[in-house]
Amino acid sequence: MNWQGWAEIALTLGLAVAIAWPLGAYMSRVWNGERTWLDPVLKPVEALFYAAGGIDPRKSQTWHGYAGALLAFNAVGFVLVYAVLRLQGVLPLNPQGFAGVSPHLAFNTAASFVTNTNWQSYGGETTMSTLSQMLVLTVQNFVSAATGATIAAALARAFVANRGEGVGNFWADLVRTTLYVLLPLSLVLAIVLVALGLPQTLAASVDATTLEGAPQKIALFATASQEAIKQLGINGGGVFNANSAHPFENPTPLTDLITAVSINMLGWAAFFAFGRSALARKDIRALVAAAMILLSAGAAAVYVTETQAAPALVAAHVDASVNMEGKEVRFGAPAAAAWVAMTTGASSGSVNTMHSSLMPLGGAVAMFLMQLGEILPGGIGSGIAIMVVMALLAVFVAGLMVGRTPEYLGKKVEAREIQLAMLAVLVVPLSMLGFSAVAAVLPEALKGLMHAGPHGLSEILYGYTSATANNGSAFAGLSANAPWWNTTLGISMTLGRFVPIVAVLAIAGALAAKPKLAPSAGAMPTDGGLFIGLLIGVILILGGLQFFPALALGPIVEHFQALALVAAAH
Amino acid sequence: MTILEPTLGETRRQSTTLAGGLSSAVLLRATKDAFAKLDPRRLTSNPVIFTTWIVALLSTLSAVAAVADRQPAGFAIQVAAWLWATVLFANLAESVAEGRGKAAADSLRATRVTTKAKLIIDEKTGTIIPTPAHKLGVGEIILVEAGDVVPTDGEIIEGMASVNEAAITGESAPVIRESGGDRSAVTGGTTVVSDWIKVRVTAEAGSTFLDRMIAMVEGADRRKTPNEVALAVLLAGLTLIFLIAVVSLLGLGKFSGVALDPLVLGALFITLIPTTIGGLLSAVGIAGMDRLLKVNVLATSGRAVEAAGDVDTLLLDKTGTITFGNRMATEVIAAPGVLAETALRAAVSASLADETPEGRSIVELGRSLGLVVEVPAGATSIAFSATTRQSGLDAPNGNGGPMSWRKGAVDAVYRSLALDPKMVPAEVAAAVDRIARSGGTPLAVSENGVLVGVIHLKDVVKPGVKERFADLRRMGLRTVMITGDNPVTAAAIASEAGVDDFLAEATPEDKLRLIREEQGRGRLVAMCGDGANDAPALAQADVGVAMQTGAQAAREAGNMVDLDSDPTKVIEIVEVGKQMLITRGALTTFSIANDVAKYFAIIPAMFVVSLPALGAMNVMRLHSPESAILSAVIFNALVIVALIPLALRGVKYRAVGAGKLLSRNLLIYGLGGLVAPFVGIKLIDLIVSALGLA
Repeated sequence: MNWQGWAEIALTLGLAVAIAWPLGAYMSRVWNGERTWLDPVLKPVEALFYAAGGIDPRKSQTWHGYAGALLAFNAVGFVLVYAVLRLQGVLPLNPQGFAGVSPHLAFNTAASFVTNTNWQSYGGETTMSTLSQMLVLTVQNFVSAATGATIAAALARAFVANRGEGVGNFWADLVRTTLYVLLPLSLVLAIVLVALGLPQTLAASVDATTLEGAPQKIALFATASQEAIKQLGINGGGVFNANSAHPFENPTPLTDLITAVSINMLGWAAFFAFGRSALARKDIRALVAAAMILLSAGAAAVYVTETQAAPALVAAHVDASVNMEGKEVRFGAPAAAAWVAMTTGASSGSVNTMHSSLMPLGGAVAMFLMQLGEILPGGIGSGIAIMVVMALLAVFVAGLMVGRTPEYLGKKVEAREIQLAMLAVLVVPLSMLGFSAVAAVLPEALKGLMHAGPHGLSEILYGYTSATANNGSAFAGLSANAPWWNTTLGISMTLGRFVPIVAVLAIAGALAAKPKLAPSAGAMPTDGGLFIGLLIGVILILGGLQFFPALALGPIVEHFQALALVAAAH
Repeated sequence: MTILEPTLGETRRQSTTLAGGLSSAVLLRATKDAFAKLDPRRLTSNPVIFTTWIVALLSTLSAVAAVADRQPAGFAIQVAAWLWATVLFANLAESVAEGRGKAAADSLRATRVTTKAKLIIDEKTGTIIPTPAHKLGVGEIILVEAGDVVPTDGEIIEGMASVNEAAITGESAPVIRESGGDRSAVTGGTTVVSDWIKVRVTAEAGSTFLDRMIAMVEGADRRKTPNEVALAVLLAGLTLIFLIAVVSLLGLGKFSGVALDPLVLGALFITLIPTTIGGLLSAVGIAGMDRLLKVNVLATSGRAVEAAGDVDTLLLDKTGTITFGNRMATEVIAAPGVLAETALRAAVSASLADETPEGRSIVELGRSLGLVVEVPAGATSIAFSATTRQSGLDAPNGNGGPMSWRKGAVDAVYRSLALDPKMVPAEVAAAVDRIARSGGTPLAVSENGVLVGVIHLKDVVKPGVKERFADLRRMGLRTVMITGDNPVTAAAIASEAGVDDFLAEATPEDKLRLIREEQGRGRLVAMCGDGANDAPALAQADVGVAMQTGAQAAREAGNMVDLDSDPTKVIEIVEVGKQMLITRGALTTFSIANDVAKYFAIIPAMFVVSLPALGAMNVMRLHSPESAILSAVIFNALVIVALIPLALRGVKYRAVGAGKLLSRNLLIYGLGGLVAPFVGIKLIDLIVSALGLA
């Protein structure tokens, strides 16, 4: 650890929030249907979509209508991805000549890309045709990210409504977020990345001769454009198996900084956008602060653990002051620490470091940040939406202590909201711990593990954690391309995505119907340091503590065993 | 007939009849009841405690099985015993809270009528047949005479009587009830002291005010309030989350080669689920109703008490709440060329025979300024009349010959003195003007036909009211004063009392409109009223407090009845509501914060045998795995008992703004909840290991 390392981490985390601030105001204008400076170019394109779909974008839907449209759109997307993957062998644009994908892998991948998880049970360069990559996977990279954003837009409207019915129009939110936010930003980032040396070609590969004189086929792709939306859309699915550790996806420290920042940038922007659209800038800044504190703590913890000497090497009396296993030499520990926190705090899942090779507690931090429900800052919109759910719970638990029925942003928090909030929170441990517990005793599942003991348990736990949280990063060691894993992970992703989404939209419907209360001096303040502290406490206790026993059996015991190993060596 | 006015000294009853103390008899009954509540059918409404009951049963079975197998069962028996204790303690909390109400209900039941009512079957002849009270039907006419107990609720259609309502209100001084107007309602259980009345029955047997009161006090049809429902949902959700966390350990533990005792898993589960707040939740609600009873207010539902805590706007009648209700003399301004003392003496002399509160207040003002005037011998009083609009005193043999003093409405006195208002000295005119503009009433005073000064009568704001309203403002409550006065007078008093707003020349319709407006802005409104014309507003308000002495319609429209008929009570009601919500929040926060320590006690203990490395997590250095688990279970049970007094008494409410209140309570119950179990479990572990229990 040194100050340069701390500064690098602080810069990377801080830059994302700094850029997100103005970007959030823009995103809010997009959600609200206000004028933007891109209107002259994009308004006609937008109108084209509405005309084609027969949609009146100004017609507000009830939460049922909104949720129905969202689910239908995603169901169609799922079927499309599944079909193309199965049929890619007979479809065009398949220069590599890949065969169709197996049913369970196609299911897993369809679920994965529709849910914005981008878990990849396959190596991209050896499985997916150019058509599959570009037509279905990349399209999902855009629209699944936009789907997440729509629920934040709907929820923000619910807080402004006074005994209203509508929560906005799903189609308008989807089209506008994709068109005005994701596309232009991806375009800019892709060009920047091309300038910084990322390949952008339709050629499948380039032939090279190694130093030993052996011929080598080096896979290429339209990497820069894929990379841009992979990071910005908080998708995380790389075209290469090594993801952002691959030199074509992330060649230099500068691209590392830029792509790391773009993991969290739009997640934070959705926070600020929510604040502006819900007319609650100050209150939402408190949520940003709480999330930032937890995320920074996570990054700091990883930096600390990864700059310890690896116990096994110490025990073997080898000098190894930094745990470099699984890290890229061109980035080093600080960039790895920042990336680990940012990719697990958001629901990205792109990696520049192999998480399985983190120190046990570093791996625990990565899992824990996902287990908190992807709110630091999470996916675009989905993160702030779940964060608001946590705020509702915090207000409910402690808000009574000021002697009033709890209210948040001028809306009373009552039985229905709590019921739905608990549903959104409950599904997370149910899927993560439930599937893990079953897999841990199922011989069929255990075949996929590389390790026995605590590290093996971490492989299981990490898999379902990543899938349920729609993160998609993997703990190398788990061979997931098998029926059991592909199927159950696909189910986890679907549960972890759509149960909270429907719960959030139902909350939006319930809140919209309530009267908007006038601010009262007797109501609990939700914008100060006190609330930030309270919220952190509630997130940790309600959202995280239930994973403590499971983590104790995985990374925590691994950590103590490693310490014992070191002690024995001395 | 004699009219008995309540005298000031004995208005408040000793509030022991309704809200009984925690006597040993109550405690004994509560303990018995706590055991009776072990019947699982009575626990289904409380998911947390019901879950605890199931786990207690399962652990008992496992202990029995161990004994049957002749294996060491000491640990299992102890865990099972403490799990049962947890359920019992939760039941006890509820029973104790209910016990106080039951005792009060018993004393109310004793006042039910057993004598027969005099049913009039023929109005013309006045033929009466004695009929049991429970056989009276709505609309029938009964005769109630001096010495009779009113058999049921009704409305006086003829006659007037003084009625002792002590059985209901605790107030022993009789009140007048008469046909017509807002004083025509009589309540079953009260006693007619003098005269007779004919009463039309208005309540079916079993649904009289007394019956409803007994039911409310007893909590017979207690339903969960909206906030209780929401909290129960949260607690049930938490229970499910921890169920997932614990059950998943079966699989995860097997993978890790950890042998998990189901008994220990059960213990972990129970200590993690929010048994503390789960066990105390209903007690907090009942205690809230109980605290209202202590201030002699009867709420029709817990929902009303809860709403009281949420009130944003308080509508207060000026008279009796903000001011004393009578105008009082505050100064006498002398006319130019007249000595101040002469003017004051004239004002006092003119009032010596005046028995109205205003007149007395003038004499009182003189006395407070050191002027005592005796009634001159042979003086005759000149009474106020609507035509002269002045009163006074004539003394034929005064000090300097015959004297005559008058005081009255300024224009009336001018007229009787044949003074042209334009000729009045400028100082006097200015004083009159100033008094009128400040919301007061000027009275002119004359002595022997000469204008000597002006008396300033004003509506005096009760002492301490301004501070009270400042407190309310800090609580986030807006106060609106309702008065029939003109806007000038109303504005003056409003600014003096420090209310946020006022409604002048208010009619009942204005009140109703104001309430709707406030509610339209998303505010909850509380008000009190007693007249039949207040009924719509009382029904519209979120918290409507009817006065017990008020009209029957008002009592039915409101959701609370103040047995003391004290309009300032609404402030205390709001405080009780807030206190109940705070107590609930504090216990919830405490309960949830407790979990951290319990993890650190049980997780290492559970795994350490198979995975010795996890011994490092035993931060409390607990004696052994068994003692750690047992100590956590014991702490979990005892903390319920320890918090019963707090649940019943309620967390103290302070009017210090939401931010301060939150930080204070978070510190005590949040941080306290984190730390307390670390200390508690460690102490219990020391005792458990010293006693060799585990």
